[in-house]
Amino acid sequence: MSAAGGGAEPSSPAGLQAKPTLGHGLRLQWEPAQNAHVLLYPEGMVKLNGSAGEILRRCNGERTVAEIVAELEAAFSTDGLTADVTAFVAVALQKHWLELRE
Amino acid sequence: MSLEPTSPLGAQASTASLGPPLWLLLELTYRCPLHCVFCYNPIDFSRTALELSTAEWIRVLHEARALGSVQLGLSGGEPLSRDDLETIVAEAHTLGYYINLITSGIGLTESRIEALKKAGLDHIQLSFQDSTREVNDFLSSTRTFELKSKVAALIKRYEYPMVLNVVLHRLNIDHIEQILDMAQEMKADYVELANTQYYGWAWHNRERLIPSRAQLEHAEAVTQRFREHHRRMKIFFVVPDYFERRPKACMNGLGSVFLTVSPDGTALPCHAARMLPGLTFPNVREAAVEWIWRESPAFNHFRGDAWMKEPCRSCPEKIRDFGGCRCQAYLLTGDAANTDPVCDLSPHHHLVTQMVERASVPGLAVEKPLVFRDRRNSQTLSEDYTRIPRSAQ
Repeated sequence: MSAAGGGAEPSSPAGLQAKPTLGHGLRLQWEPAQNAHVLLYPEGMVKLNGSAGEILRRCNGERTVAEIVAELEAAFSTDGLTADVTAFVAVALQKHWLELRE
Repeated sequence: MSLEPTSPLGAQASTASLGPPLWLLLELTYRCPLHCVFCYNPIDFSRTALELSTAEWIRVLHEARALGSVQLGLSGGEPLSRDDLETIVAEAHTLGYYINLITSGIGLTESRIEALKKAGLDHIQLSFQDSTREVNDFLSSTRTFELKSKVAALIKRYEYPMVLNVVLHRLNIDHIEQILDMAQEMKADYVELANTQYYGWAWHNRERLIPSRAQLEHAEAVTQRFREHHRRMKIFFVVPDYFERRPKACMNGLGSVFLTVSPDGTALPCHAARMLPGLTFPNVREAAVEWIWRESPAFNHFRGDAWMKEPCRSCPEKIRDFGGCRCQAYLLTGDAANTDPVCDLSPHHHLVTQMVERASVPGLAVEKPLVFRDRRNSQTLSEDYTRIPRSAQ
């Protein structure tokens, strides 16, 4: 059963001021045995790649997408991540991994 | 069946790339207030030894988590029959499991759901069964409907997604529309329409449970119509594999991601595997979970492809379906290493098509009495089964 995979309704593009948070009933955690962040949902699991894990673990409903981009650019000493992050957030919203409350 | 030992090289090769048992299913008890004719529990469940204690289950949780288990299913029997369920859930939550309770809902009172929520239970899957022996009254059993509705409302109130699982078979599949209406009325978020899989009691009753092709097509059409009109509720329709031409990738290959521990501590690579002859399944009372998963001969036996026979061995699709289901191969052909007869490349495929044929042509279906899953029937039928479970010896 895939609670996180289903929905096909279009998501609103995540603006830079949006404050995404994990979808209801989902849990993100680091799994040493898989050397990866995983997203857990009813009877299922997604193993995340490095950048997906780094983005999702910052989505706590308090940080804006712009703040997440800034944090990631600082943490990995790079810049120009805005397009990648907003694109990922849009996909994650569509998959219901993330949601926007308020 | 013949069981050649897995070659040391093969075992090594498969163990080297062996991942963790990501899925841990604890069948906490075989006790159950229901007597479902389609239950996959073993026919001889009445012969199993004492259930593991709370401390033993907790040790299993620790050992499996250390190996990397992360999705936890708590099932049975009816897991609510254990009055230490809340303790087990609390420990599992502390360890970092995502915890799924698979229940009939019978015994799920408000105080228990509140305690389970507090303990950290993540998800409840409510199954809809026949709670009376009158299978033909499946939907007119108001007692069941009221109980399920009450439990469904509780599940909602405690902010769990409402996931309803309905096992379909010949005797209820024509009621599919009423079943979906009921799910809608219960405000289900997800409905899993799971056609019966033929193991345990369901295998014993298979001639009475397998639907006709016409019934199945009708059910699929109704489901599709319902999906178009009620988009909020997500419906999963699990097609019975007897109607397919390729087998399911059962358990993603035995011993690859899935570990079951049955009520008496027997560890299995699939919840139905206890029936497979010639294998000595280890017990968590006697062995560490790590040894069971990585080293035990029973778990290594069906890893890799060294055990495969033709047509699987040289088939390019073996990497996708792993030869199908070992239990089905054993039940239908008498040899667990044969290709799952659901595959139309199997020389035994006619065994499956004949069953579908018998169910589909009026007058051909065998009218054997249904046998309900209860302790007395288990004791009677176990006499006929030559293999005595290790735990009862």
